[in-house]
Amino acid sequence: MGLAKLSFLYQTLVLEHAKTPHHYAANLPTNGQELTLHNPTCGDTINVALQLQDHHLHNLCFNGSGCSISQASASMMTEVLNGKSVDEADQLIQAFFDLCMGKAVSPELQKQLQDAAIMGRVAEFPARIKCATLSWHAVQDLLQKKTD
Amino acid sequence: MINLQQVRADFPILEQRVNGEPLVYFDNAATSQTPVSVLDAMRNYYLTENANVHRGVHTLAERATEHYERVRQQVANFIHAASADEIVFTRSTTESLNLVARGLGDQILQPGDEIVISIMEHHSNLVPWQEVAKRTGAVLKYIELNDHQELDLQSAQEQITPQTKIVAVAAASNVLGTVNPVKQLGKLAHAAHAWFVVDAAQFVGHHPLDVQEWDADLVAFSGHKMYGPTGIGVLYVREQLHDLLRPVQFGGEMVETVTREQTTFKKAPLGFEAGTPDISGVVGLGAAITYLQTIGWESIEHQERVLVNYLLPQIKAIDHVTMYGPQDHHTGVFAFNVRGVHPHDVATALDLAGVAVRAGHHCAQPLMSTLGVTATARASLAFYNTKAECDQFINALTAVKEFFINGIS
Repeated sequence: MGLAKLSFLYQTLVLEHAKTPHHYAANLPTNGQELTLHNPTCGDTINVALQLQDHHLHNLCFNGSGCSISQASASMMTEVLNGKSVDEADQLIQAFFDLCMGKAVSPELQKQLQDAAIMGRVAEFPARIKCATLSWHAVQDLLQKKTD
Repeated sequence: MINLQQVRADFPILEQRVNGEPLVYFDNAATSQTPVSVLDAMRNYYLTENANVHRGVHTLAERATEHYERVRQQVANFIHAASADEIVFTRSTTESLNLVARGLGDQILQPGDEIVISIMEHHSNLVPWQEVAKRTGAVLKYIELNDHQELDLQSAQEQITPQTKIVAVAAASNVLGTVNPVKQLGKLAHAAHAWFVVDAAQFVGHHPLDVQEWDADLVAFSGHKMYGPTGIGVLYVREQLHDLLRPVQFGGEMVETVTREQTTFKKAPLGFEAGTPDISGVVGLGAAITYLQTIGWESIEHQERVLVNYLLPQIKAIDHVTMYGPQDHHTGVFAFNVRGVHPHDVATALDLAGVAVRAGHHCAQPLMSTLGVTATARASLAFYNTKAECDQFINALTAVKEFFINGIS
């Protein structure tokens, strides 16, 4: 079979993040902002927590069960968004969604997305876009709630 | 004996490449493919007969009505119903079961009454009962699995009591690869004076169905899992229930007379078919039954048995692969996981090898938690599948396992 095709989506970087996710917390802190989102097609769950101080995201972490795409994407997200201002985070989350939908994203934003930029390849696997974006949606929802 | 080459020519969709590989369609439990004869029948209906049924007096209306009612009789014969009046056309198995839950459950259930289903039920035969239990104060109880992950008849005997008013079970599981002891369950239900409801969605395209042999009171199934079109379902309603079951959708077609204050309803089956039905869907369903009868049950069951006997030991032989349900026998439904690898990753990887399987909870989340998983992959067969396709699947699954477990990249 086409292992080349397989490693196009599941690159070593993705598999590494999935295997040893960054900022994975078995117990999420409950003093900040927490949110759980479900992927209804597979029953997967992602829990994210963060703290907002001076309009900046801190201590962004996650746990839950999911496929390697969703776990890797959440791990990459924590690296990108921790320490960012709410406005920066909003912009990066939107850039990530655009990337996953196959839309053009500026090289500058792609650079800021760090490892997560690689998840743009999910655009060629429409059924899996939801896996990649689930944790990012959770943070977006949290930020919206906080600023409402 | 089945002529595979000839049969596959009836399903042009099967002859294509997906991601550069020959398509292996192993998602038949989700929906079966549709033979050309079904498509031709539906097209022909629109080209030559299209009119609304049971309304007009013109020739086309009569032709459409005659065809529609002819299929009703055909379905009755197909499932060995006593009369065509016992066949209600619906949108799907789900709609059929919702009609039973509301139209029967809401009528008869009192606080403390019991509804008994099994833990392997598809959400369509579970959530409607949860809801009716909430509305009426009835108690929803579950028949559990035995050690072989089959329905436990002992548990059924314990759960079904004199308080039980409805027993509703699947004839075949969409996950475990099992056929349930429907007749025995029917006996237990009727001994408790409960109504016996069968979800036959996973059974109907694979085995001959005899509602009288089952002694079932209500049986639900869908056209699209028996080589017919999507959007058409059936509810068999035994004659004794025709006055007790209440319609749940109201409007055109299903009424006798309407005044400002009051409406009287038609008897079954038309009293349960509010609005313009899916006439072309019914025509397609009829053509699917004709197609199945042309192939013949003996050939269909034999070919599926050959494939199951070929595939089962091979799936079990792959290390790191867990197969759910009984280990020594199976229907053509194989739910499995590659240990440590999420089923969505497995399904994407198999798709890249041309193999279409389902991944997820299969609309059976209580069963998933009973099995101790959140999701599984699932390969499901039909009589048009081949041993060569089984080989392609096994090769792909082995490669996928290697990729994720041993990290070849």
